[in-house]
Amino acid sequence: MSASAPDGARASRWRRRSVLPGFGLSLGYTIAYLSLVVLIPLAGLGIRSATLGWNEFWAIAFDPRVTSALELSFGAAMVAAIINTIFGVLVAWVLVRYKFPGRRWLDAAVDLPFALPTAVAGIALATLYAPNGPFGIALESLFGVKVGFTSFGVTMALIFVGLPFVVRTVQPVLEEIDRETEEVSATLGAGRWRTVTRVILPGMLPAILTGFALSFARGVGEYGSVIFIASNLPYVSEIAPLLIVIKLEEHNYAGATAIATIMLVISFAMLFVINLLQAWSRKWFGHE
Amino acid sequence: MQVRAENISKNYASMAALDDVSLTVQSGELVALLGPSGSGKTTLLRTIAGLETPDSGVVYFNDRDAAESRIQDRGVGFVFQHYALFKHMRVMDNIAFGLRARRKNKPKEADIKNKVMELLDLVQLSGLEKRFPSQLSGGQRQRVALARALAIEPSVLLLDEPFGALDARVRKDLRRWLREIHERTGHTTLFVTHDQEEALELADRVVVMSKGKIEQSATPDEIYDTPATPFVFSFIGESSVIPVVVGNGRATLDERLIDLQVGNLPDGPAQLFLRPEDVAMVTDGGPGIPGLVVSTRRIGGNRRVTMECGLARHRIEFDAPAEVPIANSQRLQVRIIGGRVYGAGEEGYETEKLAASATSDFKWAKAEGWLDR
Amino acid sequence: MSEVKAPAARRQKQAIGEGPLTRAALLGVALVFLGLMLIAPLLVVFVEAFSRGFGVYIDALAMPDTMSALQLTLLVAAIAVPANLVFGVAAAWAIAKFDFKGKSFLLTLIDLPFAVSPVVSGLVFVLLFGANSALGPVLDDMGIKILFAVPGIVIATIFITFPFIARELIPLMQQQGSSEEEAAVSLGAGGWRTFFLVTLPNVKWGLLYGVLLCNARAMGEFGAVSVVSGHIRGMTNTLPLHIEILYNDNKAAAAFAVASLLAMLALITLAVKTLLEARFAGSLAAQRRH
Repeated sequence: MSASAPDGARASRWRRRSVLPGFGLSLGYTIAYLSLVVLIPLAGLGIRSATLGWNEFWAIAFDPRVTSALELSFGAAMVAAIINTIFGVLVAWVLVRYKFPGRRWLDAAVDLPFALPTAVAGIALATLYAPNGPFGIALESLFGVKVGFTSFGVTMALIFVGLPFVVRTVQPVLEEIDRETEEVSATLGAGRWRTVTRVILPGMLPAILTGFALSFARGVGEYGSVIFIASNLPYVSEIAPLLIVIKLEEHNYAGATAIATIMLVISFAMLFVINLLQAWSRKWFGHE
Repeated sequence: MQVRAENISKNYASMAALDDVSLTVQSGELVALLGPSGSGKTTLLRTIAGLETPDSGVVYFNDRDAAESRIQDRGVGFVFQHYALFKHMRVMDNIAFGLRARRKNKPKEADIKNKVMELLDLVQLSGLEKRFPSQLSGGQRQRVALARALAIEPSVLLLDEPFGALDARVRKDLRRWLREIHERTGHTTLFVTHDQEEALELADRVVVMSKGKIEQSATPDEIYDTPATPFVFSFIGESSVIPVVVGNGRATLDERLIDLQVGNLPDGPAQLFLRPEDVAMVTDGGPGIPGLVVSTRRIGGNRRVTMECGLARHRIEFDAPAEVPIANSQRLQVRIIGGRVYGAGEEGYETEKLAASATSDFKWAKAEGWLDR
Repeated sequence: MSEVKAPAARRQKQAIGEGPLTRAALLGVALVFLGLMLIAPLLVVFVEAFSRGFGVYIDALAMPDTMSALQLTLLVAAIAVPANLVFGVAAAWAIAKFDFKGKSFLLTLIDLPFAVSPVVSGLVFVLLFGANSALGPVLDDMGIKILFAVPGIVIATIFITFPFIARELIPLMQQQGSSEEEAAVSLGAGGWRTFFLVTLPNVKWGLLYGVLLCNARAMGEFGAVSVVSGHIRGMTNTLPLHIEILYNDNKAAAAFAVASLLAMLALITLAVKTLLEARFAGSLAAQRRH
């Protein structure tokens, strides 16, 4: 790393001096690799999308089959993210606050959707929720709901893939919550419910929203675990990523690009909002 | 409101945090719980608040068993060392929290507002009601925490190391100011501290604790002048200890008589505890204990002398006027004019020894040939 | 100093907190939810895999197509994981040990692949290397096949698993600060020596965990690989694609048999993670998202 040693001397306006070597090399490599693997390919999509022209773009975007696929992807992801937020906070609460046998293993199991390949999850969920699968039979006989091969099934799959995002963003924040805040609340006369709803949850709101957004973003783009459980009927249970695959198989690159662009724009907007939320919470509440 | 803790015991794992402790705080009294880390003072405070359940013993609030009421209804104002403010609420909402949480006799929102403003005025934070806690300094945060505790008109105010997280100057200001507030509001107040200066300056009565037991409960003067145990003697102020022998109601050091009352101590070995002012240099050639000066340092208008005396070279410290020249290795004689003798079996307070400094784990330093590049 | 409180001990008996009934109810709901949503799908994989008996299971694994899919999967992971490992370490060094403008923007860029749908990731490379792209004909003339061939699968996998190791290392190295490295440099150590003797030992468990996660994802990636692979049996099929083909051919038992391999991989990853966390809690990043 001796080659990069002089850059300590010309360290300037845009970086603070440091005695450690290797800044030039490591940052240079990082940016080069990032550009090659991520930025240039994504820019390619942007350029291709820009060559489409507005008319063509809108024609594809407002094709009924496309809008219904986008609606399903975003709608199911939204419902799944809401359910995941409720249960994710509950699971995080139980994991952090309660001691019970097997807690460590349950904690590990939360990461299962991260580690289990989506295709494996997909066929497993499809088998469970199929009309003749155990959950499919139970749900239909108990509630008269058909899960397999419907938009309901899409939602179930998205709940599976999105759950860890909520738990894993809420859990560390919950662990760091000061017990003393709760104790003070109790000495001031607040009952448990009031303490939880007025003191604990509002303090965790940024983390909860972040978890929600991550779960939602993951759900919108999910493919592998959904296509097996949904029957992929156009207008009924066809998700946007699947429609991209179909357009590609038809060699309709323009169509695939347009749908991908819409999804990307919305996903990036989500990322942006997440970062804003975190900056906002740091500013006001002084926590990370 | 009088607060009475009777025979409180509390064990953590195998360690006794509180060992049959009884304490009464009279109505309107300002009492300090003083002790080193792990002495059980915070546990006692939390037990009185109801944040801890004792293994045995009862806490009475004016003859009423406090365990009968939920912690929410006990009416204790609790202030934590690290403030425990609600980060997502503005200062005014923090202070109003307890009033809004009331189920019975919940005041009208306008009355709550007035009360909040009144309290802000009391803690000298008027104008900051719209701030978030992160926008306040440490001292301001602690004052908000106090206002929040006072808002519920607590029957007893409990403070856990209230100034422990603040720097020395703010701490002094807040100490004086807490005393003033206490005089104005007259709340029964109990606070925990490990800072003897704070306890002696602020409290009507100081309760010194060690290892889960109360060593002494007395006024600041009594604590300093007539410490009940060697622990209290050595924990408060500066002290030296030398072993002596008690016989016939008299203490002797190397068979030299020391002119001190030993009370009803049995004959045998004992310990003599000395403050620097209990030792005087013999300048008139009269009888004294001979010793060798080890070191001197200047403290204010005096010179603090460390001397080895007696056959076993025990170290004692005393003050000599700064104008008297004293050099290292000088031989001189001292006379003991004060101090207390305690039985040999009683333990004093040992100051913490500095751990060998191993802050950072430089594993790599062991790697061979590391530096001979 | 302030009194040392023992929070773990203090919580033994709780004066505040939910009542026993509420606790039991919340715990019950959480257990049932996790059981139905997470554990049941995992169990189904193994139950179905052996539903036609052990013979069918072994046959499914011994199929030549399975073996070639397994080989390809291992090959892809063997390229993608080291590539992202080098990147992750370089990025963590630059970001955690230095202060420079645009750092948070760089972090956002590194996170990008998390926000992109796997299918879109695949599409990106189809557009880049496809027949009607600018690059496509050039590569064709040179006789280089990227799309619908192994290189395409490798590149798509690298894209998908790009942030994993960097994201594990950056918070960990930030949290450890750079005082130890500065001490090493002041004692005369060079950059590489400092890195290998000071930095690496401090982050090794976090690094291992990042590698494991990256590997699990690399072997299991489906959407992106599906788009760029062309599904050529015995040629460009990875294990997840092979599972899809078997499942769609109504060979469910065989599909689950292959799936059980990947499920085992997931379980091993999680078990190692749990053990690492139990042993080396301090040397893993506290907060992570992937």
